[in-house]
Amino acid sequence: MDFTFTEEQHQFQDSLQRFVRKDYDFERRRAIIASDAGWSREVWQQLAEMGVMALALPEAYDGFGGGGFDTLLVMEALGRGMVVEPYLATVVLGAGVLIDAGSAAQRQAVLPAVAAGERLLALAHDEPGQRYASSTIATTAQAVDGGYRIDGQKSVVLHGAEADQLIVSARTAGDVRDAQGISLFLVDATAPGVERFGYPTQDGLRAASIRFNNVRVGADALIGTEHEALAVIEKALDRGIAALCAEAVGNMTATIEATVGYLKTRKQFGVPIGTFQALQHRAVDMYLHAEQARSMAYLAAAKLEAPSGERRQAVSAAKVLVSQSAHFVGQQAVQLHGGIGVTDELAVSHYFKRLTMISMLFGDADFHLDRFGQHLAA
Amino acid sequence: MRQLHLSTASEAPKLDAQMVAMATPYAECGMDLNFTPDEQRFRADVRAFIDANLPTAIRDKVLNGKRLSKDDFLTWHKILYRQGWVAANWPVEFGGTGWTAVQQHIFSEEAADAGAPGLMPFGLVMVAPVIMAFGNRAQQEYFLPRILSGEDWWCQGYSEPGSGSDLASLKTRAERVGDKYIVNGQKTWTTLGQYADWIFCLVRTSVDARKQEGISFLLIDMKTPGIQVRPIIMLDGEHEVNEVWFDNVEVPVQNLVGEENKGWTYAKFLLGHERTGIAEVGRSKRRLKRLKDIAARQCGTDGRPLIEDLRFRDRIAQVEIELMALEITNLRVIAAEMEKKAPGPEASLLKIRGSEIQQTLSELLMLALGSDALPYQEAALDAGYDGPLAGPDYAAPLAGQYFNTRKTTIYGGSNEIQKNIISKMILGF
Ligand SMILES: Cc1cc2nc3c(=O)[nH]c(=O)nc-3n(C[C@H](O)[C@H](O)[C@H](O)COP(=O)(O)OP(=O)(O)OC[C@H]3O[C@@H](n4cnc5c(N)ncnc54)[C@H](O)[C@@H]3O)c2cc1C
Repeated sequence: MDFTFTEEQHQFQDSLQRFVRKDYDFERRRAIIASDAGWSREVWQQLAEMGVMALALPEAYDGFGGGGFDTLLVMEALGRGMVVEPYLATVVLGAGVLIDAGSAAQRQAVLPAVAAGERLLALAHDEPGQRYASSTIATTAQAVDGGYRIDGQKSVVLHGAEADQLIVSARTAGDVRDAQGISLFLVDATAPGVERFGYPTQDGLRAASIRFNNVRVGADALIGTEHEALAVIEKALDRGIAALCAEAVGNMTATIEATVGYLKTRKQFGVPIGTFQALQHRAVDMYLHAEQARSMAYLAAAKLEAPSGERRQAVSAAKVLVSQSAHFVGQQAVQLHGGIGVTDELAVSHYFKRLTMISMLFGDADFHLDRFGQHLAA
Repeated sequence: MRQLHLSTASEAPKLDAQMVAMATPYAECGMDLNFTPDEQRFRADVRAFIDANLPTAIRDKVLNGKRLSKDDFLTWHKILYRQGWVAANWPVEFGGTGWTAVQQHIFSEEAADAGAPGLMPFGLVMVAPVIMAFGNRAQQEYFLPRILSGEDWWCQGYSEPGSGSDLASLKTRAERVGDKYIVNGQKTWTTLGQYADWIFCLVRTSVDARKQEGISFLLIDMKTPGIQVRPIIMLDGEHEVNEVWFDNVEVPVQNLVGEENKGWTYAKFLLGHERTGIAEVGRSKRRLKRLKDIAARQCGTDGRPLIEDLRFRDRIAQVEIELMALEITNLRVIAAEMEKKAPGPEASLLKIRGSEIQQTLSELLMLALGSDALPYQEAALDAGYDGPLAGPDYAAPLAGQYFNTRKTTIYGGSNEIQKNIISKMILGF
């Protein structure tokens, strides 16, 4: 058993945290999310120069060959500053799929560009009415002319309007809810027939609805084995969840620091409100939630390469606990700030909104409680 | 009030023998959870009037969570004014309805259910009772008819940056010079102050006494030179509250309510009134309906309607049960109030549970959306928006409402402060 990070990992996280603290303060973030693009290419380049994108990519494609814990360190640091740049969409989800299932040619064409910060990816998987069921896919890919024709509607594609390339799940066989018959395709975001409607999300990030109207791709666009993509998708989403858990831990750490700091300085009735024991205990509960969440974020990261059943269970367990913690910590942080907690002006409401959305992304606590519980009956 | 209501006779479940046995002793005590025939007739009249007179455009905005304008609020206010129903809580001699507390409750329940916008409480419910109880004849004759007709929009100037829960520490100064007060300082969190014609303020008129004893209750015209209103944007991106700054603002002494340095007594009187409606049972019932409606329309993970997902259904059932209990508790407090008049510390109970239920409902409404909760489509909050939508048409306001509803456990005396009140006043700690 070893819960220590290596010296290198420490140094890496320190420098990333320093960057977030100094070059990505709350006002900078506010300006970025208010901009038309909603993210900063300059920040993205800086992250690339620090090796953030390359860290978890394979060495053969200009990466450093890092693993789940390296992603965790990155996400935790990004979570502390609520960094909105598309690391999750591009590196964890997008590159993750190609690492797991892409052909050598696909990896070569995409991953080095991702490592250099020159390519954005998005996973176009969610659909209207899917509600977290990863095998519910109505979008179709029909084999035509030695390639495929994609038609359908994707929703809430994280950073879908900014991405250069989309990884699209589509049905090549079977019915809407079948586990079999799903395939993945690498599609140029500007290909004819791809219609994107981008919008900001509640937490200051970006997402898009994407329509595919008679979009033609070659056979070489297929990622992995035809009809067999569900396992790849589920693994990608589990990576995404593990990353979100780590982000939540970083966010909660910052949220609790801000709240405890506020309790120590805000005075009412002639004393700092932190002298009221009712509030101290509330802050303690926030701390307990965050520590339990940290443990589960570690567990999820540790199990990403385990056999799929074990991985699923660990990741769902983590998502249940982290979602619940995120709700409690976010809500109480607002409450303990009083009126100022519900204003746009202070960072705490933004931390709260991001925590809320993290708790719902890729399955809320109820969904994962159900997924976790399935092994009880098995 | 002896009669309380749970369900109408036709909906009432058949009682099994054991329940009848349990119910009997209560029946002998005269307890009856049904409304009287008179009250039921009253409810029918109210419902018919609202159905016939609430403009559809306003109702649709309320039911669909769209933005309401100042005009929308005033339109509904004036419709009720013309009917003589705008001041449910006022005695007849001032132009009120003279309704019993039960009738007031029935009215607010019906109005909420129908999708009527809430009446602004600042004039009708907050300042008017203070003017009636402590104001002089001239103040009553000038202000009350204007509140009634909707001519004046009022806002509440209590809180300050340094004085929230500890309101009595407020610092805004009013110095008497001749026949004027000169007011300097800052109020904050002033709800809809951007629309207001008048503000009622707690100001410090003496620094010598105990902090509660140097406070006065002043009525200030918002058009007076030296007043500046600055917006505070809430976490959902909306402009709902404000800072109000006073820089040498001259207020005629005639605008002092009651006696100088007695304002704290009046404020406590007012806070009691602020809490009675705060259970928001009617509004929560409407939100519960909306939740069931949306859960029936949203897809669950297995493709069937979300409302058939047992885990989600249990959550709805749980909050419905909490709301049933709150409704009866609310009626119990109302019944007690009809005997004693001013609401007592039990009102704190209504504030705590009422606000928590509002928060739970708003959370479930958001959770019902799944990933459709993510898009922030600010423009879709305006009625008549017909641009592209990122999700189902009912989705756009729900996450914002969840964020916004966090305020309910903070304002009107935070829930922590309400618990302090209950522990002191009821439990005797
Ligand atoms: C949306 C909104 C609208 C409002 N509208 C108005 C308005 O129109 N007019 C107006 O005058 N005011 C208004 N308010 C102000 C509101 O009344 C105050 O926000 C409230 O009294 C809390 O004060 P505060 O914000 O300064 O928080 P603080 O008093 O600083 O409280 C911070 C935290 O400490 C806790 N706390 C404080 N004291 C104690 C204690 N003794 N024991 C335990 N816990 C304690 C609080 O519960 C809270 O969690 C509004 C507020 C909001 C959010």
